[in-house]
Amino acid sequence: MAGRTPIRTINSALIAMIADEDTVTGFLLAGVGNVDLRRKTNYLIVDSKTTVKQIEDAFKDFTSREDVAVVLLSQYIANMIRFLVDSYNKPVPAILEIPSKDHPYDPAHDSVLSRVKYLFNTESVASGRR
Amino acid sequence: MLIKELDVQKYILVGETFVKMSGQNQRLNVVPTVTMLGVMKARLIGATRGHALLKKKSDALTVQFRQILKKIVSTKESMGEILKSSYFTLTEAKYAAGDNIKHVVLENVQSASVRVRSQQNNIAGVKLPVFKHYTDGETKNDLTGLGRGGQQVQACRNAYVKAIEVLVELASLQTSFLTLDEAIKTTNRRVNALENVVKPRIENTISYIKGELDELEREDFFRLKKIQGYKKKEIERQVAAAKAYAQEKVAEEIALKEGVSFETANNMLTQGSQKDEDIIF
Repeated sequence: MAGRTPIRTINSALIAMIADEDTVTGFLLAGVGNVDLRRKTNYLIVDSKTTVKQIEDAFKDFTSREDVAVVLLSQYIANMIRFLVDSYNKPVPAILEIPSKDHPYDPAHDSVLSRVKYLFNTESVASGRR
Repeated sequence: MLIKELDVQKYILVGETFVKMSGQNQRLNVVPTVTMLGVMKARLIGATRGHALLKKKSDALTVQFRQILKKIVSTKESMGEILKSSYFTLTEAKYAAGDNIKHVVLENVQSASVRVRSQQNNIAGVKLPVFKHYTDGETKNDLTGLGRGGQQVQACRNAYVKAIEVLVELASLQTSFLTLDEAIKTTNRRVNALENVVKPRIENTISYIKGELDELEREDFFRLKKIQGYKKKEIERQVAAAKAYAQEKVAEEIALKEGVSFETANNMLTQGSQKDEDIIF
């Protein structure tokens, strides 16, 4: 089909992360972290000193990498680069917004979930009418 | 496939301009012949079949889409709970093992032991990616928290592995959602193009060809009638001429029998009426 990127069958892909220190620590403990030969990590720890530019670069890097299948993104960080997240429309890698420890989760901000909710509501209304 | 889609898009574009220009009276530019009528009818059958098939595909995709929607909503909600509990276990682990555990963890990162495998799931010709996580090799950080709080660290790790399970499932649902959304849009666009542009156009063409053929037939019929009329007149004329000739012949024969040729008899009659110089009185 035109305009659609074919979905590759990847045998081993990574889960990338852009999140605060605690979240990253937890996931690293579970064994998600990866450091390649050039000391390039598949995660970015965002603290008060991290600039938006750095986050943007990391996001672009993770979403264009071949070996990344899922990108986990803390929601408050996703809000900082909302325009990038919203304009991203490739199926792979999937962007997942996760709640962070000290920021409550707001489903209204999630770009995918808001679409899902919208469709879900219209559909449930439509099915209720039937 | 590419050409088909382009074709449909062209149809849509051309269709729009046509609708603006001349309403529904659009048709293909063809020569109105019987052969073309057959071709058009075959095309109409093809378009109808394609339309039915695409409609079925769209319905199948929509069913799948709704299931995925429901799953996404429920999984997103459970994700919140699971992450909350995993943050809590992390705090516990930090309390038990001391705050410097995160430095140990960050320093111990080598290669990922939890990875994602992606497979394709084919639904009505649309390939959906399905992610599955798996653990390869031995788990690192085995000695983390050996000094103290080891149990909490292990609990924390298990909680996060569970969280990853949910997140990976959610990721594959989300990817399927986006892909299916796109596929449904394309399919519906094709269905509509076939229904509203291609089929009416072929139908219009067929009715146009039929009209033209009828017109030709009527013309032919009229022409035949006209020729028949001419022929009738001609025959009548010939019959009349033959009759006149026959009468003449009969008169001549009678005259011959009397001994005087028809012509001389005629002459005698006419001469009688003329003045004769020899006759004095």
